[in-house]
Amino acid sequence: MSVTTDRRSPWFIAAADDDLTIFDRSRPGRRAFTAPTLDVPERPLDELIPAALRRATPARLPEVSEPEIVRHYNRLSKRNFDLDTGFYPLGSCTMKHNPKLHERIAALPGHARLHPLQRPAAAQGALELMWSLQQALGEISGLPHVSLQPSAGSHGELAGVLLTRAFHEAHGQQRTKVLTPDTAHGTNPATVTMAGYDLVKIGTDAAGNIDVADLREKATDEVACLMLTNPSTLGLFEPQIKEIAQIVHDVGATLYYDGANLNAIMGICRPGDMGFDIVHFNLHKSFTQPHGGGGPGAGPIAVSDRIEPFLPRPQVVRREDGSFDLDHDRPRSIGRLRGFQGNFGVFVRSYAYIRSLGAGGLREASEVAVLNANYLLARLREEGVLEHLPAAYPRLCMHEFVLSGAPMKHELGIRTLDLAKRLLDHGVHPPTVYFPLIVEEALLIEPTETETRETLDRFAAIVADVLREAADDPEIARGAPYSTPVRRLDEAGAARQPVLREQF
Amino acid sequence: MLATVGVASVDDLFADVPSELRLRRPLALAEGMSEQEVFTELAGLAARNVSVEDEISFLGAGMYDTYVPALVDSIISRSEFLTPYTPYQPEVSQGGLQAMFEYQTAISELTGLPVSNASVYEGPSAVAAAGYLAKLHNGRSRFVVSEGVHPHAIESLETLAHGWEMEVERVALDNGATPMPAVDEQVSAVVVAQPNFLGAVERIEPIVEAAHAAGALVICAADPIPLGLLQAPGAQGVDIVVGEGQTLGNRLDYGGPSFGFFAVTESLMRRMPGRIAGRTRDLDGRTGYVLTLQTREQHIRREKATSNICTAQALNALAGIVYLSWLGREGLIELTELLVQRTAYARTRLASIPGVELAHHQPVVREFPVRITGRLDAVLEHCYASGINPGYRLSADELLVAITERRTRADIDRLATAIEEALS
Repeated sequence: MSVTTDRRSPWFIAAADDDLTIFDRSRPGRRAFTAPTLDVPERPLDELIPAALRRATPARLPEVSEPEIVRHYNRLSKRNFDLDTGFYPLGSCTMKHNPKLHERIAALPGHARLHPLQRPAAAQGALELMWSLQQALGEISGLPHVSLQPSAGSHGELAGVLLTRAFHEAHGQQRTKVLTPDTAHGTNPATVTMAGYDLVKIGTDAAGNIDVADLREKATDEVACLMLTNPSTLGLFEPQIKEIAQIVHDVGATLYYDGANLNAIMGICRPGDMGFDIVHFNLHKSFTQPHGGGGPGAGPIAVSDRIEPFLPRPQVVRREDGSFDLDHDRPRSIGRLRGFQGNFGVFVRSYAYIRSLGAGGLREASEVAVLNANYLLARLREEGVLEHLPAAYPRLCMHEFVLSGAPMKHELGIRTLDLAKRLLDHGVHPPTVYFPLIVEEALLIEPTETETRETLDRFAAIVADVLREAADDPEIARGAPYSTPVRRLDEAGAARQPVLREQF
Repeated sequence: MLATVGVASVDDLFADVPSELRLRRPLALAEGMSEQEVFTELAGLAARNVSVEDEISFLGAGMYDTYVPALVDSIISRSEFLTPYTPYQPEVSQGGLQAMFEYQTAISELTGLPVSNASVYEGPSAVAAAGYLAKLHNGRSRFVVSEGVHPHAIESLETLAHGWEMEVERVALDNGATPMPAVDEQVSAVVVAQPNFLGAVERIEPIVEAAHAAGALVICAADPIPLGLLQAPGAQGVDIVVGEGQTLGNRLDYGGPSFGFFAVTESLMRRMPGRIAGRTRDLDGRTGYVLTLQTREQHIRREKATSNICTAQALNALAGIVYLSWLGREGLIELTELLVQRTAYARTRLASIPGVELAHHQPVVREFPVRITGRLDAVLEHCYASGINPGYRLSADELLVAITERRTRADIDRLATAIEEALS
């Protein structure tokens, strides 16, 4: 397969005024908004809001017309790469297709225009949907009690570690440490600190599994919790998970499941059956909420019986008469984590997804996600890519896998970053780079189940082509990208002298 | 594909999953359905909710039935904004990054503080996040929080403060406003709201003076639309201004997703949570944008990060900047003045009903509480039966009534009539 190596092949429509911000486009007196008619007797403003409490000068918002706003943001949109347009194998992010049906359903007025403080009797559809989603997530995780409240994965983690704290406190224990593997997502250690614990790192063994001997040594009665991702961020299932759970539980600690990688195991095995006490889900990963360029997401949590009393309030419950309600009467709850009931619009989409796929479809999604990852790994091997970019752990992977660009750097003179940037010129989004931290020049690749075999074949060919090109002339990749709206940006300069808003 | 991988079956791919952990049965979930059937089922659930289209709603208390212009829907439903991840590859994310930069500028203007991030989850958790920033900043042991702050925000702060072994001391309101709090050297931050939960416009400056005199920070949870008319909290010396962004072009969605905004002084910039977009140049000297000051963040600093936040609310914040561009400099003021006038009309109209009294007499922008002693149950019942949701019940006798630009004089008159009927 031949791949273009044109140094300039714009994939967007460039215009001379692309540099302008919406503020640059502002002209005095221009506007889009017309206020509704003032239909009540007008009173002097000073009577209603004393002048001393009012602004002397208006906030300098842009003054622009509707056509300008529409054109400005549509033009900006064309400077984004997106999942609906191209392959996005960003490891750990599960960039699977976002079905269009979900947007239609979420926009129905009964969902989108429901006030969060509507009395439960007038919000039965919403409460039933949330309750049903709770039941489904409980079944998928094998942990029956679910709170939908957390706003994203990291928020779910925080909830989970605070639940752990409440659990230990209820047993009169003040534990001080939380364990995470050195492969963990950055959110795990950050959560540990934010929840008021000290972090202890656990190593990884030669096969890519958690170092059980290290865990044994560090698992003491000061440990509150082990936070684990399974499959790990290396894309590998922990075969000793039962033993790990035993070690953790033997010292009275809880076992926390980071659900970022749940997409590998839906319907195949369940965190609850593995011995986990607390799980968070990323509805924007496994359950198709569009990522929105950085949110919104949702991070529900599921827990075992012994953790249930501490779940955030309110809980969505079904009363004996079959009606649905919000239960605020939870005296042992850790409390609220946010306003209202959580990101309901996300719940609608994820519930629609679960209803569409059903039990068999969810299992098939995970099977194909794992098949696609292993197939792509095999195709990269066939293309000769692994000679320069070996798999960090040469074994079957789950839904994602890690390559190391270290040999490529020495042999071809290009870094993982250069490969990533050159992929942009080929119209695909690069994988996650430089994570997990324990793999040198890491490249974390997650194709997801919604990509075709042809897309995977094409991607393998593109990577091979970039490597061949680098063998010939590494400068091309080092200078990439060429066809994008901008080329490599001065990130160090941006941090050194931050310009974080328009200057007037 | 299996042959390429070198395995005989899909099952073989899961060899690392111990046999005793394999689920030997299908998940206990219904089987899948066609698109059409899923739509029908979920539309059926939606139909069982009473939305703000089905009744005249005066519910507020943190989220409001505002008008979202059509251009917001059009722009945020574009795949290019809807489906990318967080902009880790800036060369192909300039649209999202520049929108963040523009959003940050607008939030900075509204709050009167120089540095805004690109969004946090939502309003109440933003107050908790601001508390964490204060803790990191001065390491003190206590928060002093006005009861004018949204109760969900106070509770969210308490949930986290427990883990930090910090206390949350509540200051009761006096005639609807926050009295001068006692602030000592153990106080990390004083937290107020503008306007407060009971709709009152607070006099913030004296509180800032007292807090700063004791070396404490001041956090203000603000409603962004009234900031079009009110003094910017940052201009009054507040150190951290946060708030709920729903009213900036986002729908109600039964409470989310919306977004939280978060702005700070220059000196707190490097402890800010969340993504921040910054302007820079590319290799060819062209202007471009990147995520910046990332050494604050979890993916770089891990346990030393200033927050654990990763995915936030970028799409909702985009709706925010599109909406604010639509309102524009003059429009924001006109909209807020309309709210002030209609709310004043409603307040006077309701207070003239025998049996209804105002719960406080502070200036208000879009929301006010009334007291209907002993008869609130009857009022609620009659209003619901008349297709009106009269507001949020604060207590046995008190009702918080919100006015948005969607509530006309005719709507307000209908509410007044319904209350009169219930009380007569």
